[in-house]
Amino acid sequence: MAEQEKRQAPAPAETERVTEHPKPAAKDQALADGLDDILDEIDEVLETNAEEFVKSYVQKGGE
Amino acid sequence: MASIKVVGLETEYGIVHRGVDDPNPITASSLLINAYLARCEATGRRPATQRVSWDFEDESPSLDARGFTPLGARPPEIETHLVNAVLTNGARYYVDHAHPEMSTPECLDARTVTLYDRAGELVVIESMDAAKELLGGGQELIAYKNNSDGKGNSYGTHENYLMDRATPFSHIVANATVHFVTRQIFIGAGKVGCEIPGTGVDVVPYQLTQRADFFEEEVGLETTLKRPIINTRDEPHADAQKYRRLHVIVGDANMSEFATWLKVGSTMIVLAMIEDGEFAPELAFRAPVQALRNVSYDLTLAKPLRLADGTTATAIEIQAEIIGAADKYLERYGTEGAGGPDALAVLAAWRETVETLERDPMELSDRIDWVAKKKVLDAYRSRDGIEWGDARLRALDLQYHDMRPDRSVFNKLKMHTIVDHDSAVAGADNPPEDTRAYFRGECLRRFPDAIVAANWDSMVFDTGEPPLRRVPMMEPTRGSAAHVADLLHGCETVKELLDQLQS
Repeated sequence: MAEQEKRQAPAPAETERVTEHPKPAAKDQALADGLDDILDEIDEVLETNAEEFVKSYVQKGGE
Repeated sequence: MASIKVVGLETEYGIVHRGVDDPNPITASSLLINAYLARCEATGRRPATQRVSWDFEDESPSLDARGFTPLGARPPEIETHLVNAVLTNGARYYVDHAHPEMSTPECLDARTVTLYDRAGELVVIESMDAAKELLGGGQELIAYKNNSDGKGNSYGTHENYLMDRATPFSHIVANATVHFVTRQIFIGAGKVGCEIPGTGVDVVPYQLTQRADFFEEEVGLETTLKRPIINTRDEPHADAQKYRRLHVIVGDANMSEFATWLKVGSTMIVLAMIEDGEFAPELAFRAPVQALRNVSYDLTLAKPLRLADGTTATAIEIQAEIIGAADKYLERYGTEGAGGPDALAVLAAWRETVETLERDPMELSDRIDWVAKKKVLDAYRSRDGIEWGDARLRALDLQYHDMRPDRSVFNKLKMHTIVDHDSAVAGADNPPEDTRAYFRGECLRRFPDAIVAANWDSMVFDTGEPPLRRVPMMEPTRGSAAHVADLLHGCETVKELLDQLQS
């Protein structure tokens, strides 16, 4: 069982807390490329008048 | 011994009515829900009959072995002025204050309640569609699964956990607060800006949670003013001698199924540890309300929090400590009071999540809402060269939570899921089988004409012969399919059912 195996994994060591994990630039670029497409898709669905939309979004307190 | 954790979620949605001059949120919320009920009746998914109302009468009669004691002759008080419906999946769908609210049916583990939270979203989505069709004329009702309008008005997403009455409330306050403050690092839904008067985007451009700005007390009964981290509402909707219900108001509405699952699953384990006196981190914050905000405002997750004993620790360090203790706890006590077998998967995911947050939060952009939202906001800021105060970023923030599938920013991100779509669709109509929600939902499906009212812990039936008969359901794990499926299948009429229950 994967869950069982994972449970055995040791807790993060103190030393890991200060270790830097820089990501390869190539990966960043790939992420950015993927995100560009998503931003284009989001552009198409965003409210056309952001200012007016944000201003008019008023709710009553609840709970 | 930790009791079985019956759990439910309540979500108040933001509501917008487009296409009218003077929109009223209460009217809009009612329209939304009524449009859904009408759609279900028209399509045969719900009985075309009088709508079953929510019953507010509270009582705690004694129990029989099955948890049912049909009583007679108690005229129910029925709230009629606001829409308040029971669904065939055992959920409650109603207007609360000025919002549509969905309360999931009672569930026994985090994965199931995540399924019913998603099923609730599907109900809301269908409600919007039905309302658009019903209203016509370019009118539209839009629901937002968030917790703030960005102008200082907040509405809640509450978690409810059944706990052992024997656990002293002071232990819950002392220990659960530690988890509630630090779990924000993975449950936060993210928010542009800050809603504390005088604190602008120059000070807090973006924060982890929607809700931290709205909490002012450590402990209290309020939910709408001076909100407390630990809410003291003591209304178990079950046998009050055996149980209490911990009503958790300090959490965000999550779009991410993973976040909902981890939020509920980790909390179930923590509460089981508290019940068994095994909550390990012997610490308290010097100022819990300030700590709540400090965690929410710290995007580095690395700032030390001041503890009562004068030392400091980060939210990640505290979560790692809780996880270590949770591992030992489950090893020793098993999962029975901690959310069942699902707790093991929760623990593994919880550990992996906190380790990843420590390394690089952005790696969780497919799982954690505040990270996913920040990634999109950062990309927009970079692409368009805009600052945090720009209205486009606030609009993006709001539309992350837009429930219209074609307008939802969240939908575009294709995040990791916990629930398969077909199960969620089925969950919109069918109750969970392992709690009393099964009895509630199935009775509603089978005997719609005979049910006068329902609530969490009872149902009122009209058999055609006076008096009305109330069936208490004070034991939330009773009334499951294992208890009553054969009985329900074998009864032609509701009178037969009630007679059988009484015998």
